[in-house]
Amino acid sequence: MTIFPERLKALHAARRTSDRAAVTLQFSGRDDLPITYEQLVRGASAYTRTLEREGIQPGEVVVLILQHGEDLVYSFWGAILHGAIPSIMPFLTEKLSPERYRADLSALISVTRPAAIVTYPEFEADVRAALQDGDSVRSVIVTDCVESPRADIDFASLAGFRRQPEEIVFLQHSSGTTGLQKGVALSHQAVFNQLSGYGKSLSVTENDVVVSWLPLYHDMGLIAGFLMPILSGIPLVLLSPFDWVRAPYKLLQSISKYRGTLTWLPNFAYNFCAQKIRDRHVEGVDLSSLRAVINCSEPVRWESHMAFYERFKDHGLRLEALQTSYAMAENVFGVTQSRLGSVPVVDEIDREAFMTERVAQSPLDGRPSMKLMSSGQPLENVEVKVIDENGHPLPDRIIGEIALRSDCMLTGYFNRPDLTERAFRQGWYLTGDYGYVSDGEVFVSGRKKDMIIVGGKNVYPQDLETLTYEVPGVHAGRSVAFGMFDEAQGTEEVVIIAEVDSEDAQDQQKIADAIRLHVTKNSAIALRYVKVVGPKWILKTSSGKTARSANKEKFFRELEGKGS
Amino acid sequence: MSEIIAQLATFMSTTILKQPNRVIQPEESLISSGLIDSFSLMDVALFVEDTFGVRIEDTELNANTFDTLTQLASLIESRK
Repeated sequence: MTIFPERLKALHAARRTSDRAAVTLQFSGRDDLPITYEQLVRGASAYTRTLEREGIQPGEVVVLILQHGEDLVYSFWGAILHGAIPSIMPFLTEKLSPERYRADLSALISVTRPAAIVTYPEFEADVRAALQDGDSVRSVIVTDCVESPRADIDFASLAGFRRQPEEIVFLQHSSGTTGLQKGVALSHQAVFNQLSGYGKSLSVTENDVVVSWLPLYHDMGLIAGFLMPILSGIPLVLLSPFDWVRAPYKLLQSISKYRGTLTWLPNFAYNFCAQKIRDRHVEGVDLSSLRAVINCSEPVRWESHMAFYERFKDHGLRLEALQTSYAMAENVFGVTQSRLGSVPVVDEIDREAFMTERVAQSPLDGRPSMKLMSSGQPLENVEVKVIDENGHPLPDRIIGEIALRSDCMLTGYFNRPDLTERAFRQGWYLTGDYGYVSDGEVFVSGRKKDMIIVGGKNVYPQDLETLTYEVPGVHAGRSVAFGMFDEAQGTEEVVIIAEVDSEDAQDQQKIADAIRLHVTKNSAIALRYVKVVGPKWILKTSSGKTARSANKEKFFRELEGKGS
Repeated sequence: MSEIIAQLATFMSTTILKQPNRVIQPEESLISSGLIDSFSLMDVALFVEDTFGVRIEDTELNANTFDTLTQLASLIESRK
């Protein structure tokens, strides 16, 4: 049993005389910045002093609104060493309207009740605008008013060392459009149990090097691309997500330069890299050091793996390096992991039986089939079962809801016991994902709710529909949003259909523009198709509810009709 | 100039927005308005390189370098 500060202290002591970097931060147009454990602890001490100065108590929540860089790394570990509970929030982007960001932040503050928020001086006004009289925030800490680091670290004096393994160590706010209020609370012990189980399934050693561009407000970035390497003494090379999306080749260059062995990507990133990287950007790039490129946080696609492999096999990429995992913040991170050293199992099943009978069986002669790729086998400390609507376990190859039980589950949704209670059934966490098990391999095949996953981000169609109703000309209840899988992109894209009174094409075009702008600004989700239609297009159920799947089918039929 | 703007406009409405009838005005803001999202910026850069033989560096893919079709077209002109 241990806690984060003790582990950090041990690594700090063990690496005292080493100049090997714990974390190397990469920036666009700036030299790489290596940070040793010594420097990490010293940088963090500036934040522990600042939190003390501001009267922040151990056990209180500190929200970090920072971008890629030293401040984010130091403030996170500073909060940990102080015994406070850090929570990293996404930064405001051009896509999102500042008003919506403030509204979301206010909502988050009212539920999570943080004592302090850390941000940049230039963002202070935006943060203060989200505060309300009588809320929990006592201090907005700006990065240029942070105390100087301690010259000599006296670990014994730090309050973080008095935390207990079962206490909450940080909050992970699951991504989503209006899901910001749901903070997954995780204990020191749960995180260490996850790292132990997940580390074993990857056979992690000190010779590994993790390279990541993933944002730290997302579980995949925070656990696989930040905490696992730092707490395991494995070097981490961290790029900015902002830079990666404009220059995906930088990830491959970093892997080559630092001899990276492990990296994690959402499915769309395989397609994105395969399609958008020019030869000149990968000249001399050598990917032979990679033990595993792990596909996670979106439905995994064999076709995406093959596209990535074909594009980079001449750069030393091995097919067996392409791996899969099924993960969620509620289990800290990994639930399953494919077996390293061989390609993930691909199951070819009968399409019709899958759709109508919810059975995964071999296709009968000549019948249409589909390929599903396994997400691997449960970690040694995680049990997975597939259940029917009544909670009864289902046999192999029958599709049902995936439920799990482990020693690394969340403590709860922070300050939301109601949500926590609803998430479990007799000690099993209900994932809301559909899937099946075959010979111990877990196949994730769909979702219980209408949730759309765009580039690893969870989006609820009803949230987008509600935003559509705010656009003049669109009546409440007369819009439908759904996801459409795009084969080329390797991810889902969002479609919105809105019904208006006008049949005039120009009017409809104007409303389509307004919807695109309003929804994007208020959800940070880019819309791929916005279709404005005349009265009576949208199909309703007999009870007057919008039938999402029926409208989706109608949209597909029209799209195909046009193409032929 | 107007020819470049027309080509860029067609590419953006057809390929990125998937609304071929959508008219993009030369002075309409593209990036700061959220019309073109960050994942599509790479597509713009690749299209410009393939069509006009002009490179836009990844560090330039932001609203400070260009935010309208006119600005992007003059950037292309200046590098031809």
